[in-house]
Amino acid sequence: MTSDAAPEPRDIAVVAFAQSDTLRSTAEVSEVEMLMPVLHDVIAQTGLKTADIGFTCSGSCDYLAGRAFSFTLALDGVGAWPPISESHVEMDGAWALYEAWTKLLSGDADTALVYAYGKSSPGSLRDVLTRQLDPYYVAPLWPDSVALAALQAQALIDAGATDEPELAAIGARSRATDNPRAQLKGPVPQGDYLVRPLRTGDCPPVGDGAAAVVLAAGERARELCERPAWIRGIDHRIEAHSLGVRDLTDSPSTRLAAERAGAFERPVDTAELHASFTSQEVVLRKALRLGDEVAVNPSGGALAANPMMAAGLARIGEAAARIHRGESDRALAHATSGPCLQQNLVAVLEGDPR
Amino acid sequence: MPEVLKAPLVVEFPFTRSLGPVQSAFLTGLRERVVLGVTTRDGRTLVPPVEYDPVTAEEISDLVHVGTTGTVTTWAWNHEPRRGQPLDTPFAWALVKLDGADTALLHALDAPGPDAVRTGMRVRIRWAEERRGAITDIACFEPYDGDDSTVTVHAGEFEDPVHGIVAQARLDYTYSPGRAQTAYINALAEHRAVGERCPACRKVYVPPRGACPTCGVATAEQVEVGPAGTVTTFCIVNIKAKNLDIEVPYVYAHIALDGADLALHGRIGGIPYDQVRMGLRVEPVWSEGGRYPDHYRPTGEPDADYETYKELL
Repeated sequence: MTSDAAPEPRDIAVVAFAQSDTLRSTAEVSEVEMLMPVLHDVIAQTGLKTADIGFTCSGSCDYLAGRAFSFTLALDGVGAWPPISESHVEMDGAWALYEAWTKLLSGDADTALVYAYGKSSPGSLRDVLTRQLDPYYVAPLWPDSVALAALQAQALIDAGATDEPELAAIGARSRATDNPRAQLKGPVPQGDYLVRPLRTGDCPPVGDGAAAVVLAAGERARELCERPAWIRGIDHRIEAHSLGVRDLTDSPSTRLAAERAGAFERPVDTAELHASFTSQEVVLRKALRLGDEVAVNPSGGALAANPMMAAGLARIGEAAARIHRGESDRALAHATSGPCLQQNLVAVLEGDPR
Repeated sequence: MPEVLKAPLVVEFPFTRSLGPVQSAFLTGLRERVVLGVTTRDGRTLVPPVEYDPVTAEEISDLVHVGTTGTVTTWAWNHEPRRGQPLDTPFAWALVKLDGADTALLHALDAPGPDAVRTGMRVRIRWAEERRGAITDIACFEPYDGDDSTVTVHAGEFEDPVHGIVAQARLDYTYSPGRAQTAYINALAEHRAVGERCPACRKVYVPPRGACPTCGVATAEQVEVGPAGTVTTFCIVNIKAKNLDIEVPYVYAHIALDGADLALHGRIGGIPYDQVRMGLRVEPVWSEGGRYPDHYRPTGEPDADYETYKELL
C-alpha cells in the first residue's frame, strides 16, 4: 500500500428479484418447499448456479413457525453442501440484505443471495407478534399488533394529520395494484373496526410468502443484469423501545436513515414503503418528505401482501425491479420491524443514466 | 395427493426474568400501590422507568413517586378482547401520562364504550386485588376527574422487594409438516419407510423434507427403503430424561436404512448396550398401534462391511 487514502467503496446493485404468491394458507407445503421456487427463479434470472454465489443471507422468525432454529431447514433449499458462506437474521430479510451489502462492500464476495420467508398461517399472528414487545411492562398485557397500530392511528387523527376517509383512500389506492403476486387486489370493503380507529381495510392481509434478491458488485452486476439497480446508500435506525417515550405521529428514525442513505440529495420518482397499516403511510410520507409526484407503493405494498419477514425485502426488490424494467431511475425502499415503526431501514436505488 | 397432515402445536414458556434495581423498585411499588418513575439529568420523569436514558444512554436511577391519576395521550377501542389481555369485556387500550410523569404508560382503560373515551380525558389506576409485583398489579385505568398526584422523591426501598418476574406465554399453532413429510409419516403408520430421490444427484433422503440439501432442488420421486438398516454410529445415554420411560443406559444410534443415502436416528433395543457396534444390522420394532418405530433391534445378520456405509457416517 502506497497510499493512506481509503479505497473507493465498490458499487453494489440488486440484479434480480423474485417472490412467491402471498397466500392465506400454505399448509400443503413446508417452508423450504414454499421457498425453493423463489430461489430457483431469482438464480435463473441471473444465469448463475448456486455454487457461483459468494454469500447467502436470510431473514425469518422462529416465532412464526413455533419452532427453534426453523431457518436451518430452509437451508436445504439453497444447496448448503458442500459448505457455503451463510448467515441469518431473525428479522425481515431487508436486514439480511444489509448484512450481505456490507459483506460485498468488504470485498469478501462479489455476489450474494438474500432471501426471506414467513408463514403466518400456522399461528395467530396478532398474538405471536406480542412476543416481540418489552417482556417486563408490555408483553404481559398482550397488546396485539393491530391495537398498537390503532394507538398510532388515533394519535395521528388527534394531531390533525389524517382522518378515516384519507386512511381508507390509502388502502384503496394500494390494492388497486396490478401486482400478480399480491394477496389482495382491487376493491376491498373497508369493513368493520378491528381496533378502532382501524378497520379491516386499514390493516394488512395475513399471509404466507417468500422473496429473494441477488446482489452483485461492480462489473459483475453489469454482466448479470441489463440495468442494475445500484444501491446508492442504505441505513437503518431504531427508536426507543418504550412506546410512551416516542412521538407516534413522527418517525425520526426513518428520517435519519433516509438522510444517511442519501435519500434527500435528489428527488426520487418511486417509493416502496413497508407501511403495514394505512396510518403508517401517513407517518412515512411525512418523515421521507414524499410529495404527490412520487409513485408510492405501485406494487400494492404491505396492504396488498404482507408476508412476515419477507415484506420489507420485497419493498427493496420491487423498487429494484422497477429500475430493471426502466420504469424508475431513482427509487427509495423502506423496511420496518417492531411495533409502530420502531426500526426502519431505508435504501436508495438508481439505474444508470439513459 | 392425500390430505396434508395437521396437528395442534402448543408452545408454552414460563421465562423467569430478573429485574435490575429500577425495574425491581417499580414493580415492587405497584405491589404496594405506589407508582415510581425515574428522573433524567435534564429533569424529565420517565414512567414506566428504565435504567438508561433513552436519549443520552446515561445510567439513571433517581426514583420519584408520581401520581395514580393521569391523562390519556392516545387510545384505541378494543371491542373484542383477546386471550391474556387485561379485561375480558370491551375496553380501550390507552397510553396514559400519569401526573408528574413526562412519558406515557400503556395499559387498558375500562370505559362503557368508545364514545366515553377521548384523548385528554382524566383517568386513574384501578389496582388489582391481588398484587405480586408485576405490571398486571394495575388491573386497568378507569375514568376519574380528580387529581391524586403526589410527586415526591422516593427512595424506592421496600421490604421484601421483587427481584424477578415469571413471564408466562402460550402460543397456539396448527402444525403442518408439508407434502414430503406427510407422505413419510403416513407410510410409517403402515410400517413402511419412504424417502425421496433427488433428481440431480440421485441420493435418497429419509426422512424426506422435499429438498435436496446438496443440490438445492425439489425432490419428488418416492422410494421405499428398509425395513432393515445398518448402525453407522451410536452413543450410550446414561442420563434419564424427564417423562421418558426407558431404563438407562441405552443406545441411541444413526441408522442407514437399506437404500437410503442419509442415516436417521433411533434407539437400539434387544441387545445389551455394550454390545452395540458400528455395522450392526438392525430392523424396526413397532409397538402395538404405534405410528412410528419404538426402537430398532438386531436382525441377526452378519455385520455390514465398513466400505458399504462409510459414506453415510
